[in-house]
Amino acid sequence: MQLKGGSSLWIGGGLVAAAILVAIFAPWIALTDPVMAANLMNAEIPPDWEYPFGTDAQGRDIYSRIVYGARVSLTVGIASQICNSLIGVTLGLTAGYWGGWWDDVVSGLTNLMLAIPSLVFALAIMAILGPGLLSLVVALGLTSWSFSCRIARAQVLSLKSQGYIQAARILGYSDLRIMFTQVLPNILGPLIVIATLGMGGAILAEAALSFLGLGIRPPFPSWGSMLSEARDQIRTVPWLSVFPGLAIFFTVLGLNLLGDGLRDILDPQSTTRRT
Amino acid sequence: MLIVLARRLANIVPTVVAVMALVFLLFSVLPGSFISGMNEDGRSTIDPAVMERMRKEMGLDDPLPERFAKYMINVATGDLGTSFRTREPVTKLIGVRVWPSLKLVFAAMLFAISVGVTLGFLAALRPGSLIDTAAMVGAISGLSLSQFWFGLMLMYLFALTLGWLPSFGYGDGGLRNLILPAVALGVGPMALLARTTRAAVLDVLNADFVRTARSKGMSERRVVEWHVLRNALVLVVTIVGLQFGSLMGQAVVVEKLFAWPGVGSLLVDSVFQRDMPAVQGCILMIVLFFLFINTLVDLAYVAIDPRIRYR
Repeated sequence: MQLKGGSSLWIGGGLVAAAILVAIFAPWIALTDPVMAANLMNAEIPPDWEYPFGTDAQGRDIYSRIVYGARVSLTVGIASQICNSLIGVTLGLTAGYWGGWWDDVVSGLTNLMLAIPSLVFALAIMAILGPGLLSLVVALGLTSWSFSCRIARAQVLSLKSQGYIQAARILGYSDLRIMFTQVLPNILGPLIVIATLGMGGAILAEAALSFLGLGIRPPFPSWGSMLSEARDQIRTVPWLSVFPGLAIFFTVLGLNLLGDGLRDILDPQSTTRRT
Repeated sequence: MLIVLARRLANIVPTVVAVMALVFLLFSVLPGSFISGMNEDGRSTIDPAVMERMRKEMGLDDPLPERFAKYMINVATGDLGTSFRTREPVTKLIGVRVWPSLKLVFAAMLFAISVGVTLGFLAALRPGSLIDTAAMVGAISGLSLSQFWFGLMLMYLFALTLGWLPSFGYGDGGLRNLILPAVALGVGPMALLARTTRAAVLDVLNADFVRTARSKGMSERRVVEWHVLRNALVLVVTIVGLQFGSLMGQAVVVEKLFAWPGVGSLLVDSVFQRDMPAVQGCILMIVLFFLFINTLVDLAYVAIDPRIRYR
């Protein structure tokens, strides 16, 4: 058996849907309040029926904190990918359509973004903006648009000479109208695939930045910040580290599988294969 | 070969200048400076006169373009400035970090290439087989792992529970300390390489020249060795290069987790201490490494694929 579009699409879609439902219905799914329900009498209880994932050093229920942490991860993932897509598509479409000096400027910027590893760039931005949800969205939303920009640019270049684009031009459509109403719908497939895969990357980056202490700060629950707290107690309280990591893993796995599955449907020539 | 090299080098200089300008600009809008940060941590207050003198000494009051120009001239002569915190030259701070960083990155890449390329290759030779399925499930899982969590789990299993390897630190810099961080760092590139190699080998196996080679009676082994490997290599080298180049930057979290004394952990510490010269130095180092590896990859293309010479 091979992981074909079908099965990876459905498994991935299922995992992502589950994560989204958990995030939306967090107050109903969680057993206790994620921050306030600290009780030192219940500290460091291993997983059992009452606390399915155990409790941490302050006696907070890990399961409830993970449920709420889904909100942070998904918010950061979705919002930052919207930013990246908007920046990448706008720059890529205009650069490919207009060409000339603007194209050179955008290509230069893209190369610049490729040369700085996006985690390092995001780290620098977080250092300037300070920790917090909004800073995370900004830092991750500004640093990985180069891929969608390249795809958009390449697609415009190949579509520009097609009859229907010429026809739109003769009808007197403005450049921007042509780009966004004639070209964009034709490249939406690959862009959705990139955004889905990028969302997984953003969730991993959020976790990494929070782990370093630059993202979401404790006590507010994010999967990365929970791991950051758990690291020092790995020897004595290992379940603290296991479950937030599994939550990250299954969410990102879901997004990656979904992206692969969507690619088989939306982008059969595979301009977006991760190379 | 020389033309490729010259073209690459001509690209590197403007990229480096642009990166440094970007970092410089970013950190110049930073609200808290290193000196005000010293006040804010509340442990001690600094006499305003002393602060004034320190600002002057560090040149923080000069206009931005002047500071940038000065900095770039210094960088060009190999002087990365003085650390705000330790008062040591940044080149010295980074200098002692480069070797551990390189060691980690090379070890991670060695792991990624040896495991990833082998898995991808075996998977492609028997598409749909058990090996293929297992390799591809492993690969997509590897892409979805968060490096530091994987590292933490490795640490728990192999260091704390089994006690086979040291849990963190550089130790004497030997192999035992290197294994866990290298595997944690290499698992992502490994997964990507497995997928790429599989796709590349499958593509080549379906190519016309492979069919021709088979139909003229070439043995399967020779077909694979002579035609498939060589042609699949170009794509694999691209991914190796891209991953390799960005690995020093990606290593920040793993280095922090394993208390590995590399450039990445220096970067994180310097960011926390708002030690701007050190931050700039680290980013410069990471970007230079990326560009250097990419240049090597471009040269490798020419060596692998003679057709590229004529383009």
